[in-house]
Amino acid sequence: MSPNPTSRLSYRRHALTVRGADAAAVVEPDAEVGEISQSPPDTEDRPSAWLNAFVGLGDWTLFSYRAVSGLFSRHLKLKELVGVCIDVGVSSVGVVVITGVFIGMVLAVQAYNQFHMIGLDTSIGAVIHMSIVRELGPVLAAVMLAGRVGTAMSAQLATMRVTEQIDALACLGVDPVKFLVGPRFLGCVLVIPLLTIIADAFGVMGSSLICLKVFHIDEFHYWRHTANFVKLWDLFVGLGKSVIFGGVLSLICCHRGFNSRAGAEGVGRAATEGFVLSFVAILVIDFVMAMLTNAIAAIIWPGGGGRVA
Amino acid sequence: MTNATPLIQLVNVSIRFGRQQVLSNISLDVFPHQTMVLIGESGCGKSVTLKLIVGLLQPTDGDVLFEGKSVQSMSERELTAMRLRVGFLFQGSALFDSLNVLENVAFGLRAKGGFTESDIRQRVRDKLMEVGLPPTAETKMPAELSGGMRKRVGLARALALEPDVMLYDEPTTGLDPIMTDVINELILQTRSRRPVTSLVVTHEMRTVHKVADRVVMLYPFTRLQAGESQVLYDGPPQRLQTNLNPRVRQFVEGEARDRLSELRGEAQ
Repeated sequence: MSPNPTSRLSYRRHALTVRGADAAAVVEPDAEVGEISQSPPDTEDRPSAWLNAFVGLGDWTLFSYRAVSGLFSRHLKLKELVGVCIDVGVSSVGVVVITGVFIGMVLAVQAYNQFHMIGLDTSIGAVIHMSIVRELGPVLAAVMLAGRVGTAMSAQLATMRVTEQIDALACLGVDPVKFLVGPRFLGCVLVIPLLTIIADAFGVMGSSLICLKVFHIDEFHYWRHTANFVKLWDLFVGLGKSVIFGGVLSLICCHRGFNSRAGAEGVGRAATEGFVLSFVAILVIDFVMAMLTNAIAAIIWPGGGGRVA
Repeated sequence: MTNATPLIQLVNVSIRFGRQQVLSNISLDVFPHQTMVLIGESGCGKSVTLKLIVGLLQPTDGDVLFEGKSVQSMSERELTAMRLRVGFLFQGSALFDSLNVLENVAFGLRAKGGFTESDIRQRVRDKLMEVGLPPTAETKMPAELSGGMRKRVGLARALALEPDVMLYDEPTTGLDPIMTDVINELILQTRSRRPVTSLVVTHEMRTVHKVADRVVMLYPFTRLQAGESQVLYDGPPQRLQTNLNPRVRQFVEGEARDRLSELRGEAQ
């Protein structure tokens, strides 16, 4: 038995052991604050920031495993899942459309001068569309999803934690992680490719609008270069990435909600942490995936550098 | 009653959160059909004790036994089965705020499965009637209810699965005197209808005198001298009045005495 609950990982079973940091959520809310500072400072007990991060990652992994395993159990209710999907889709589609259009237009405006100088006006579409389909579409959709839906999930689950609703679920014979996180995870994973397609489409539309209508680039060659350069594989890589982003961000946001501290401040902090951690994770995964997919492409199409039109 | 085998046992249980020790070396046996009331100041670990029993928290040291089986070593299936036999009334009622009253009370039945929809509705209606809520309350959302109603819906939800053990976490805190007594009556009524084992955490002395067969008083660990037991009193409520321990007397009579100056001393 570990001497300190802080170091114990908590999703081994049905039990949602509250970790050390969450003491405030468990001890009666009116417990005297003075008592905490009264205990003798034993510095050996305090884990370093790195150790904390490592323990947090392990805890998140177990949490995620538990949530995903819940998808294959009685805990997944179709009604709940459909509700989450509608919620995720409807609430994010507006921001995704707006960011897509504007990022597309901004890219066109910024890139045009450079390309015009070296006389490659008609290739601009290929480059912009490639970056939209492979990078910006999935990343923007994911970041918007994290901001719009992820924070709401964190805050909602944190409120449920603080008001003991999560404990109540466990007492009624339901696994809270499987019951609450499973449908949210699946909802995000299912809906984010659709959002990515929308972001891609509006990004392409925004950039084409500027290139063709404002800078009057030759329309035939503009699309011809795009078609030669941007392949189905690129679209597929973008969508594949988005699915991973959606899964990871939903699990991070739910995990922060589950481990919320007491009170309004705890709930707010859970929402912020959920977004910031999701954002960082999206960027890191994006980098790793870029390296990985390039390596895969090199295996499938040796000498694939020649694909550039 | 005390010669029966205990239903719930705490064996040398300690728990701490980070550096904050809440319970230290507590041993407690709860016998079947007993109504045990846990009293003590805020922060002494009463609610934590209830959460230890259903495995929502795990002890840092020691063991919690339910019918002689360690809660920590139970498989997931056993733990679920045990929890379905325990009704828990939470401090803030903990109603699911996205569900209406009917769905809240029916939640456990639906999660457990094996009931028809008409059966569920009938049971929900019965349980709401038992706690004195009309069928018209069924469609209300928790946010539309008063504190007393929420508590009673929480109680109906806990009772819907006909538990063998009822755990009440501060059932009367924040309620007016009449509603406090209504809740006390409901605790008694639950006890008289079925032979449940009850654990009530409270700091309301009227609840203690009304419902308790046995009273256990805990004292905050941080304010104990080294070597002292955290359990200050364990016995029938009648003897509480004549107990000579000044700490027990102070709580029972509800007097601050030198506590405020003590608190100021601690704060400095």
